[in-house]
Amino acid sequence: MAEKTYDWASIAKNPKFIELHHKKTAFLFGWWIFSTIYYFLLPIGAAYAPGLFKIQILGRINFGYIFALSQFFVSWGLAMYYAHVANKDFDRLTRELVNELQ
Amino acid sequence: MKRLLVALGCVLSLSIAAYAAPEAAKAPEATPAVAAQAPAAAAAPAVDAAKVAAPAAESKATLKANPKVTIPIFLIIIAATMSVVVWSAKQTKSAADFYTAGGGITGTQNGWAIAGDYMSAASFLGISGMISLYGYDGFMYSVGWLVAYITVLLIVAEPCRNAGKYTLGDILSFRTSPKPVRAVAAISTVSVSTFYLTAQMVGAGKLMQLLLGINYTIAIVGVGILMVGYVVFGGMTATTWVQIIKAGLLMTGAFILSVMVAIKSGFSPFQFFTDIATNQNIIDHVKLLPIYLKEVDAGTATADAGQRFLEPGLFLTNPLDQISLGMALVLGTAGMPHILMRFFTVPTAQEARKSVIVAMFIIGSFYILTTLLGFGAAVHLSPQGIKQVDAGGNMAAMMLAKTMGSEFSPFIGDLLLAFLCAVAFATILAVVSGLVLAASAAIAHDIYVNVIKDGHADQHEQVMAARITSFCVGAVGILIGIAAEKQNVAHLVALAFAVASSGNLPVVVMSLFWKKFNTAGVVAGLVVGTIASIGLVMVSPNMTYPDRVADNAKAAYTKLEAEIAAGLVAPAAMEKTLKTIEAKKAEEAKNRGGKSMLGLSKPLFNLKNPGIVSIPLGFIAAILATLAFPCRRAEEMWDEIYVRQNTGLGMAKAIDH
Repeated sequence: MAEKTYDWASIAKNPKFIELHHKKTAFLFGWWIFSTIYYFLLPIGAAYAPGLFKIQILGRINFGYIFALSQFFVSWGLAMYYAHVANKDFDRLTRELVNELQ
Repeated sequence: MKRLLVALGCVLSLSIAAYAAPEAAKAPEATPAVAAQAPAAAAAPAVDAAKVAAPAAESKATLKANPKVTIPIFLIIIAATMSVVVWSAKQTKSAADFYTAGGGITGTQNGWAIAGDYMSAASFLGISGMISLYGYDGFMYSVGWLVAYITVLLIVAEPCRNAGKYTLGDILSFRTSPKPVRAVAAISTVSVSTFYLTAQMVGAGKLMQLLLGINYTIAIVGVGILMVGYVVFGGMTATTWVQIIKAGLLMTGAFILSVMVAIKSGFSPFQFFTDIATNQNIIDHVKLLPIYLKEVDAGTATADAGQRFLEPGLFLTNPLDQISLGMALVLGTAGMPHILMRFFTVPTAQEARKSVIVAMFIIGSFYILTTLLGFGAAVHLSPQGIKQVDAGGNMAAMMLAKTMGSEFSPFIGDLLLAFLCAVAFATILAVVSGLVLAASAAIAHDIYVNVIKDGHADQHEQVMAARITSFCVGAVGILIGIAAEKQNVAHLVALAFAVASSGNLPVVVMSLFWKKFNTAGVVAGLVVGTIASIGLVMVSPNMTYPDRVADNAKAAYTKLEAEIAAGLVAPAAMEKTLKTIEAKKAEEAKNRGGKSMLGLSKPLFNLKNPGIVSIPLGFIAAILATLAFPCRRAEEMWDEIYVRQNTGLGMAKAIDH
């Protein structure tokens, strides 16, 4: 158990950590709120704007169907985008910070 | 090792006996009464089994799997999973091996396992059935189950990997007083798992009864023995591989069937939707749905009844309930102990991230395929035909397999049906194993090792404790499953998600993201969130209110009597209608004046999903208690947990420990 002990308080004050923390918080909560709002538009819209959901857009495929289907693609898109940003930015900042500490 | 093999042999032979039983006994065709019970596989939160259950007299058709094809396929799956268990039992030496497969699962493997852990028989059979009977609403319902993973991905997966070890209690007790926090976290984990497990077990029993004609108790015992076998001997490694195998089988089955449905419409989505909207059976079905009749009365009904099938509002009629369910899904999935536990099996936060993304693609594709299956079943089997086999539509996907396959040859029909039965079986096994593992980790790791033994237990003792606990949890699961046969368990899945979203999720998020959060907050949040969800469900329309049942029966026979009086009933159907009226009158007499479990004659709280009230309560309780009882130590340790969860520093300790 040769455990390296860290001075957590000083890491927390490290500018790299503060940068990582700010970027991550803004990204994660911002996009989480976006996806949640986008999702709740579905049950709310289906209940309170049925007229909109009935509009036929492609042949007999209506807006409601496309909107529900879009939820899947928006979720996947957001997941891919997050993976991209995390791999590029967050992981890089974390690596730099960890290297600096060792 | 020898003992282990002998035990495995017993398990294997017992389960073979369980599945050979129907053939030996030449079980009679499933009786109409069996077919009429909406299996709890439809235990999807919003599915009100009572509402969709048609009178028993209407359910005549049955769907039977050919045992000559089904039993070999079942045996292959049992043998394959058992060999995984033997292999993983050899690798399971330490507590980390048992609970987290030693952290040696890759992101992709874990993604498949998460999908396997999550997609229950309820989603597979219940949602395709819901779409086949109510069209668009079933599809809309499935969306939340995927969107839920955005919360898992963005908020909990990586921090949990970095800050936790084996259980929910590990994350929560990091900077709080470990004993009370672990004890409360364990109680919450065990209750969530028990609710979910009970719903799954009852669903498994009903499903096996319906498909293979085996006795309910034998089915539960068979499933239970396999589940206990996987978890006790193979721990997390075996559970993970059972889940991966199941996810693979499920996706294969759904894909093959979807292709068959798509061929019918020449792979054109436009043609497919035209086929749905112009199908005469669907048009007739929609015209008889209560909602459509109401719309006709109100003068708002569309003349194009087929198109109405593709529009919202045929089944999910209470928007507030939908929003409440959505909240429970979006926040509850991230608080489900068996899902959280999956993130401890991967070595790094990057792998945890990758695993959620892989899981999201699998789960999302699965729900999109389910839409094809549901609509395809409606077009090719007719909603009326599906209802005859099971009033809740749960057999739609199975019937579709048989019909589609039989177009090539009867044998292919049997084969495809047998394959899907096996998929449903594997699905149940994978989900229940994950739940048993999560519950026993909470009892063995949190309560026994950390509360009773103060963390002083060697590896051997820890693994032993984990195995004994899993055995006991599994045994209790079997007993509850048998006891709950006649109970209405549809609300239990909703309850599990409600507790996870109102109790677990607020405290997990605040532990990870709020500096001041402390022991008082964790305990208050968990206790209030859990009690509020359970309490609200107990007084909600999920419970059976005999007076309400009586009212519905009265309404049904009054309507039929009016139809007879108006001369709307054909002479040929007269006898059947009169019988139905009689049955309904008897039902009214039996239930009139009765009280619900809590002595209520009508629900106090009118939503089936308590999330919209209980989630804010959980958050508020946690915040108020934290502010009322500030704790310096928790604030001082904030830097540590926050740096850890963001960077993964100090995590090696968590793995090697």
